[in-house]
Formats: sequence, C-alpha cells, structure tokens
Amino acid sequence: MANAERPALSVLIADDNMTDRMLLAGIVRRQGHHVLQAGNGQEAVKVFELMRPQLVLLDAMMPVMDGFEAARQIKAIAGDELVPIIFLTSLAEEEALVRCVEAGGDDFLAKPYNHVVLGAKITAMERVRRLQATVLEQRDLLARHHGHLLNEQRVAKAVFDQVAHSGCLSAANIRYLQSPYALFNGDLLLAAYTPSGDMHVMLGDFTGHGLPAAVGAMPLAEVFYGMAAKGYGLGETLREMNAKLKRILPVDMFCCATLLNVSARRRVLEVWNGGMPDGYLQPLAGQRLLLPSRHLPLGILQRPAFDATLETFAFNPGDRVFLLSDGVIDTANADDQLFGTQRLQSVFDHNKDPRRLFEDIREALSDFRGESRDDVSMVQIEATAPGSLPASGLIFSDSGQLTPMDWSVCFEFRGQTLRRYNPLPFLLQLLLEVQGLRDQSGALYTVLTELYSNALEHGVLGLDSALKKDGEGFTRYYALRQQRLEALEQGLVSVGLEIQPLPEGGGRLCIRVSDSGSGFDVAAKARGGDNAYAGRGIRLIRELSRHAEWADDGRSARVEFTWASQA
Amino acid sequence: MAVTSEVSQDGTVLVITITGRFDFGAHQDFRNAYERVNAKPERYEVNLGEATYLDSSALGMLLLLRDHAGGESAKVKLTNSSADVGKILAISNFDKLFEIEKPGHNG
Repeated sequence: MANAERPALSVLIADDNMTDRMLLAGIVRRQGHHVLQAGNGQEAVKVFELMRPQLVLLDAMMPVMDGFEAARQIKAIAGDELVPIIFLTSLAEEEALVRCVEAGGDDFLAKPYNHVVLGAKITAMERVRRLQATVLEQRDLLARHHGHLLNEQRVAKAVFDQVAHSGCLSAANIRYLQSPYALFNGDLLLAAYTPSGDMHVMLGDFTGHGLPAAVGAMPLAEVFYGMAAKGYGLGETLREMNAKLKRILPVDMFCCATLLNVSARRRVLEVWNGGMPDGYLQPLAGQRLLLPSRHLPLGILQRPAFDATLETFAFNPGDRVFLLSDGVIDTANADDQLFGTQRLQSVFDHNKDPRRLFEDIREALSDFRGESRDDVSMVQIEATAPGSLPASGLIFSDSGQLTPMDWSVCFEFRGQTLRRYNPLPFLLQLLLEVQGLRDQSGALYTVLTELYSNALEHGVLGLDSALKKDGEGFTRYYALRQQRLEALEQGLVSVGLEIQPLPEGGGRLCIRVSDSGSGFDVAAKARGGDNAYAGRGIRLIRELSRHAEWADDGRSARVEFTWASQA
Repeated sequence: MAVTSEVSQDGTVLVITITGRFDFGAHQDFRNAYERVNAKPERYEVNLGEATYLDSSALGMLLLLRDHAGGESAKVKLTNSSADVGKILAISNFDKLFEIEKPGHNG
C-alpha cells in the first residue's frame, strides 16, 4: 500500500542473511521508504555514520559485530537525536529480548516478517522520532531565548547599576544584603546624600517580577537621586515618585517602599513606610521601636490623595535602623508555616554583634526552612556623628564663564507657601549659578536649611527647641510642628540674597533671613548648654559661614560667604 | 484556586468568591469574574473567606477591579478575610481604598 501522507524515510537494514535482508528491503521499499543495507554490525555502524538513516532495522545475531554492539554504537553516534532501532529476531527467549532493549533497541520484530506489523511499527517509530525531534528543537529554542534573556538582564542591570551607583550605599554606616539580581525580583535599594549631608535611603518592592519590575525601578531611581542631590526633602521626593509611578505604571502595578531620611546633623530619623514590612529602630540604649506601614504603596493614589507625612524619631550616634523585604517573614517551611515577625524579633533579641545581624537572620531562615535563600533584601544604617559634608552630587554642564556677579533678590514666603512648599532647592539652584559658590554647595545648603527652619519653626511656628530635650519631647516637637504648619494662615519668612564681586577678585554672598515670629535670645541659644537637641543650628551656621550675626531679637539673621577668584 | 462570581437577585451587587491561593494564577479568572457579566452592578464584594493566601499580584488585581468599578468612586467591599490575609491588606493599607469587613460574629 503506497502511502502518500507518510513521509519517505531512509531505513537501514542490517542482516547477514542476504535472503532475509532482500525480503525485508522489498517490504520496506513497497511502503515507500528508501533502503540502505549492511551485512553485519560493523558495516551497519559505518553506513549509519555516512548516511544517517532515520530508522534502523538490526538483526541481533551477526558475524564481525552483533546487533547489540551495533545498536550501542549507533545510539552513541546519534546522541540526543532519536534514531529508532528495531531488532529483527527469531530469538524467542525473554532474556534475549531484554538484551535488545538494554542495548538501546526501541522495539523488535519477530521473523518471519509480517508486512502489516512492520508498516505499523515503522509508523509508530516515526511518530516517536518526530516527537523527540520537536522536543529537541524546542529545547534549543528555549535555551537560545534563555540566553537572550540573561544577556538582556545583564545589559539592563549594567545600565541600572550606572544609575544606582550614583548613590552612597557604600557609606561606612550602611550595611546591606541584596541578591545581584534583586532588580529582577522587583527589589530596589537606593541611598543618596543630600547637599546638607542628610542621607536618603529607599528600600522598595515592586509588584511582579522580571522586566516590568525592573522597568519601573529606573525612573524611580532617577527621581530619587535627582531630587536628593538638589536638596529636596523626603516628602517632596515621595510625592514626585508617587506621581511618576501613577502616571507610568499599569493599574495593577505599584511599589511598596520604605523611605528614610537620616540626619546626622539634626540627629533625626524620618520614616515613611507604604506597604513594606515593619522596619525596626534600635536605639543604643532602650526599647526597639517598630516602623510600621502607615501608607498605601507608591503608584496607587492620585496626587491630591497621596499622603507624604513622615514620622520623626530621635536618632543619636550608635542608634540603628533596620529594613527588610517581605522575603524574610514570608519564608515558609515544609509545613507551610511562615517565618513571621515573632521569629525575626527573637533573632534581634539574641543578636550580640550588630554587624552579624544579617548572618544571624539568614542562619535562622535556613534553619527554619532547611535551605538558605538568597532573594531577601536587608539594610541597616547606623547613626553617626555628623561628618564632613559630601561633595555636590550635581553635575554642571555649563562652563561657568557666564556667572552672574552683581545682583540681589528678595523673596517673601507667606502662609500658604510655608505650609506646602520647600523653597530651599530652588534657592540653592539659584545660588549655584554662581560658579564660585559651587565648591561650597554643601555648606551653603546646610546654612540655608538651618536659617530657614529656624525662621519657620522657632519664628513663624513659635516652637521651642527646648522641647527636644529627650526622645519623647522630640516626637512631640515634630508632631506639634506638623500640627501648627497645617493650621498656618499668617506669617512670613523673607530670604534676601545678594552677590557682589570683590575688588581683589572672587566675590561675596550675603544671605538675609527674617521672619514674622516673636524672636529669641540668640546668645542663650548658641550656648546650648547640656541640651543636645537645641542650639546646634546656630553653632553650625557660625562654623560653616564666614560671618553670621542676628539682629532684631533673633528675628533677622545675616550670613556671609566669600570665595576667592578662580583661575 | 478557584474564582466564582454571582450577581445578586436585584442585579446591584456582584459577589466574587476566591477559594485557595489568590495569586497571579487567578489573574484571568478574576478578570473574567467581573468583565464577563452582563449586569452593571453598583457594588462589588470580594469574599476572601476561603482564600488561604494573597500576594502582591492579588493586590494588583483588586486595584484593577477598583479601577473597573469606577476608581475613586468605586464601591468595592472585601469581606471575611482571615487573619493572615487581613494582615497583608493591613500592611498595604488597603483599608484606605476598600471597605474591609472583618469576619462576622458567626465566623
């Protein structure tokens, strides 16, 4: 029966008995296939190597090399490709049939030949062979795609690292643990200094995995670093990040995140947690505090509804803050129990060396579930004494030749503006138009921040920094600040800036800041005394500027910076 | 994991019930549950009583439902969540977006 749908195969027949071989070849040919012939096992292997037939019919008993050995060698040559071997045998004993299969035979055909059975077997074998070929093809295709994917991830990660490395994760007081491919798990860890030496830290977790998560991370990192470098506060950065993610992400994607502002200078930790597990604040002495999620994750709420309210804590040298991704508490053991916060807290309790905390947690996790996991993210930041200010993170594209050198401006920031707007980045940008001031951007920003927050908090809002004498008063101070700011209707802070060239080259900046408050006793403030929280601002301003003075009962400050002529 | 949905007799409420793990595997079924109904319900209720687990992609799906139901003006209620599921909703502060009803006295 000629069979048009069945493809013609090339079939090797090996049999030392020529009559049998010719008979079989006839049957196979009549079924529409090409026939190759061999008189013994060795010849069969040779023909196979040369002609690569798709199916082999092997007599078991042959001189020179028997069918079993030939089958072994043919299978070895064929490798992954399936070349079905059907043993031709008059052997009836079960043991011999087992040997056929062990040698790599796929089926056997008993003599005398029945052409219907043979035809059916060839068809069945061809089906299996094609299945195997398809599997191999798909395997190779998958391997190629996987290779592409890995390569794309490698490139994407390299690009992302360029963005992420503009940060300060390598700072001495930061310890962190993150899988190298955390980005593709949706985990994101960023840290950057602001011009005043505060440190912004973000640990984020995008919904989903792989490319979508990585794609969202990129603009988020850009906003984070850009705004930190320009001196925006954490609240402003948060609002911007949220708006950006809301705009670009699909509805079902969002980013859980904890953001921190660590201010060594003000000894303050500000926290915003939206959808992340509790963070932990461990004071050097005293009770561990939880930093729980108080907000919806980033990228869900529209701008007006988004709440960027920060919680403020005292953060003195030696205090530590610890953040982690949900991988830690969500680790499940074989019984589907979760690691949970209880076990985590117990690790904290038993931890003796803070530098070994991560290792302790990882050990506890691997003890708990019987194997380690490398996809958890953790970060720990220790409060340090204020150090030197970081170099400006801003990159200027102009040559500085067009520096404006003789001008003055005065701004008045009134009630509604004071409530919502932080004018400091804007003022700093303006001043950094002056090339001679760029080297001092950190000091400049710090002094501006101090002057402005003195004017706002002590002047306009009438807050007494003596309140910040202990941790509790501290929290009360910032709660009161928030409360009074929200209720603010009246009041103003005015900022005057004047740039003048000096006859001997270089120039001078004069900053005047005054407020509508009731004034304060500068001399008493500056002495500060035992009070660690109050009065530092004024000392700092004096240290960082060339000259600083207060008038009008502390309601008005005048601070000078100078710079030498630049070659 | 199984997702079933039922429109109330008067056609005003669509109740979607999740059984088992509520994660990405439920994505298509969950969407079908509210997209393939002829009625235009006024309110939605997601019954999480039989949900054993809920991950961040499930939170995303809830946001999709909320969007479908009118975004800011959506009336979506999450009901009967177990302690574990409730904890995940609480960490994400989803109570600010959805009405979350704790298991009743009979639960």
